[in-house]
Amino acid sequence: MFKFLGLRLLQAIPVLLVVITVTFFLVRAAPGGPFDDEKAVSPQVKAALEAQYNLDQPMHQQFFSYLIGLVQGDMGPSFKYPGRSVDELIFQGFPVTAELGLYALLFAVALGVLAGVFASLRPNTKQDYIPMSAAMVGICMPSFLLGPILVLVFGLWFDVLPVSGWGNSPGDKILPSLTLGSTYAAYIARLSRSGMLEILSQDYLRTARAKGLPEHTVIIKHALRGGLAPVIAFLGPAFAGLLSGSFVVETIFQIPGLGRFYVQAAFNRDYTMILGTTVFLSTLIVFFNLLSDVLAAWLNPRLRYQFK
Amino acid sequence: MSFLGNRIFSMAVIVVVLYLNGCGGPEVNQVESGNRDQILHLGNGTEPQGLDPHIVTGVPEHHIITALFEGLVLKNPYTLEVEPGVAERWEISEDGRTYTFYLREAAVWSNGDPVTAEDFRWSWMRALTPELGSLYNYMYFPIVNAEAFANGEIDSFDQVGVKVLDDRTLQVQLYEPTPYLLQLFDHYSTFPVHRANIEAFGSISDRLSQWAREGNMVSNGAFELTEWKINSHVRVERRASYWDAENVELNGIVFYPTENITTEERMFRDHMLHKTNDVPLDKIPLYRAEKPELIELAPYLGTYFYAFNITKPPFDDVRIRRALGMTIDRELLIDTVLQGINTAAYGITPPGTLGYSPPKLFGFDPELARQLLAEAGYPDGDGFPPFEILYNTSEAHQKIAVAIQQMWQQHLNIKVTLTNQEWKVYLDTLNNMDFDVSRRAWIADYIDPNGFLDMFLTGGGNNRTGFSNETYDRIIQEGAPKATDQKERYKLFAEAETILINSMPVIPIYTYSIKHLKRESVKGMPTNLMAYYNYKYVYLEAEE
Repeated sequence: MFKFLGLRLLQAIPVLLVVITVTFFLVRAAPGGPFDDEKAVSPQVKAALEAQYNLDQPMHQQFFSYLIGLVQGDMGPSFKYPGRSVDELIFQGFPVTAELGLYALLFAVALGVLAGVFASLRPNTKQDYIPMSAAMVGICMPSFLLGPILVLVFGLWFDVLPVSGWGNSPGDKILPSLTLGSTYAAYIARLSRSGMLEILSQDYLRTARAKGLPEHTVIIKHALRGGLAPVIAFLGPAFAGLLSGSFVVETIFQIPGLGRFYVQAAFNRDYTMILGTTVFLSTLIVFFNLLSDVLAAWLNPRLRYQFK
Repeated sequence: MSFLGNRIFSMAVIVVVLYLNGCGGPEVNQVESGNRDQILHLGNGTEPQGLDPHIVTGVPEHHIITALFEGLVLKNPYTLEVEPGVAERWEISEDGRTYTFYLREAAVWSNGDPVTAEDFRWSWMRALTPELGSLYNYMYFPIVNAEAFANGEIDSFDQVGVKVLDDRTLQVQLYEPTPYLLQLFDHYSTFPVHRANIEAFGSISDRLSQWAREGNMVSNGAFELTEWKINSHVRVERRASYWDAENVELNGIVFYPTENITTEERMFRDHMLHKTNDVPLDKIPLYRAEKPELIELAPYLGTYFYAFNITKPPFDDVRIRRALGMTIDRELLIDTVLQGINTAAYGITPPGTLGYSPPKLFGFDPELARQLLAEAGYPDGDGFPPFEILYNTSEAHQKIAVAIQQMWQQHLNIKVTLTNQEWKVYLDTLNNMDFDVSRRAWIADYIDPNGFLDMFLTGGGNNRTGFSNETYDRIIQEGAPKATDQKERYKLFAEAETILINSMPVIPIYTYSIKHLKRESVKGMPTNLMAYYNYKYVYLEAEE
């Protein structure tokens, strides 16, 4: 097991190195620089700015000093926000995004598993069609549409929840979490339905029923463990997706998370910030994929065999 | 439904209800509580880059910095006339080239130190220090040798026309009488900063210093910085030691970055904001019809225009440029695409710029335009080479470009394609002169025709058209600055603008508008040409 983990961690290093290298040179190749603006910048001022951020050095030197800094945990100063380091901005935004992602995931799992299991018990009946059609709508509904609809209904018509913010007024975390989680809830519903359907036709369940076990024990004790395997496998990538894909929800609800920095950095050509967020998020994605592999192995003894 | 189905369903309901209740609570009404406590909640566009007056550029930063710092002078928000700030009075020499400012004794920094003439001299030296790379250093260039110092041509700031006569007297020496000089001293790029405060956190030219942060910053304005949560809000509170504190009604201001204007509008409707920074264009008709008391629309000191690349054919022919300029039906464009909130522009300077209005030299005239086009060798648009309109990606710019594309097709039988580019790519394309016709805009830093007209000097960084005219350059650089009175100056500007518009390297389209939503409880915050706030005038009154 440890050998497997160690190997996977070693594999992650070249992946991250490729991500850093490609991002580093790609952002610099994009037309327009961090200091271009509608009002022209005089050549003297531009030279002074480039000197302050070491952009006057040769490209390979910039690249290596970036790598050296990165190893020491220093992702450099932000170009867009003078006086703020990329580390600081990421560590301010990340906890917010992580909290949002966690609530969204909890909501998605709770609703998705319930709906999926519920539907799988009576396949091809109303009990199946209604939640599954709802899930299809959920998958198709983009958050930039669902968010404003929820805000309109709960924030403005019924006036029970704040329309924006994060941790500033009570209840302001509900709508963003629901918005972000709903697409994932829909996916999870479909995954758990198909997982359960596959398991429910297995022989060992017939045996359990034949022994005279009550139906809920059959489902909860025997079927769920196998039926939810696809959901577990999905959780790692889902959480990584929630973290890196929360930009739209953060914008709709004015949430001070990482997603807003990530996208704005690209528009601003904030080189260090683009790199910092990309490196940070790639590391997370690698980590969560690894985590979900480990979880899957723990749940499925057949997979465990490969690790030996 | 089976027994188990029922159980699972009720569990689902319980989970959802618990989830909602767990985080739920009473709804807040910030406008009401703000009115009671004199706390203004303000939509402020984007997250401020920073709060160092000599480093940042941008309107959201400007709105926060004017609460925290104060320059030599302030402006009256109703008339935009200059009022005393840190300087209680000033004298202007007869030749208009020497300004002497007398600083008030009561002006102190937030740490209790007096605000002195030396503070201004040192701060201005900082703003002009080449290594700092201040984008707004050109605001100082009317001062003797300021430009030379900023460009590193002279090393000693003693040679620059800024002299400390004593602790409370500051003298400024100019090249030419500059009628808009006092306005520059109300711009944040000329605000004083506290030397010991800056030096405690870094060198004079350190852009990465952390002095301008909550807990670190020493400031001299009516408010001080108490909280700054990135991408959430900036909070400032009334400062009791401010020299005019008794005339400050507000106890605090909270600035929210609201880059998503539809979210901002919802925040306003939910009583979270007293005033928004902007209004979505498609909401304007509704507010006008149903809540006209909440929406404010007013002219703004900016011009929306199209620019030709006159360095390449066919736009090197003035007849073609004029023909295209005359076939944009501005009134129709404004009534339809722009919801009727703007005014048509026929000159580059907005009308009524402190008493100056540009001459109107042309109008919508498709007949004359077709004639000009025929003279240029393209009767009825025959054989006219296809070209592109370049704009930065935005729905509003696209709608305008589509309308203009149609007008040129209809009136001149000319085929145009549209190209949109992401902001920084677009800027790069402009700077490389790699376009045919580009969408442009200009918002001036101070109210004076010079703020628009000096854009088109030969080789100017913001020219970006290839336009070059010796007479024009001479009027702007030598004629107008030497003019003895405002009337003569404006006459010269009108002459220059006539040269510009007749040659039409740019097609003026409309004058910008300020548009925002404001609660009726907000008093003393009028709209003006510069979207300028003077928070000393602002107070909140409970709504009925």
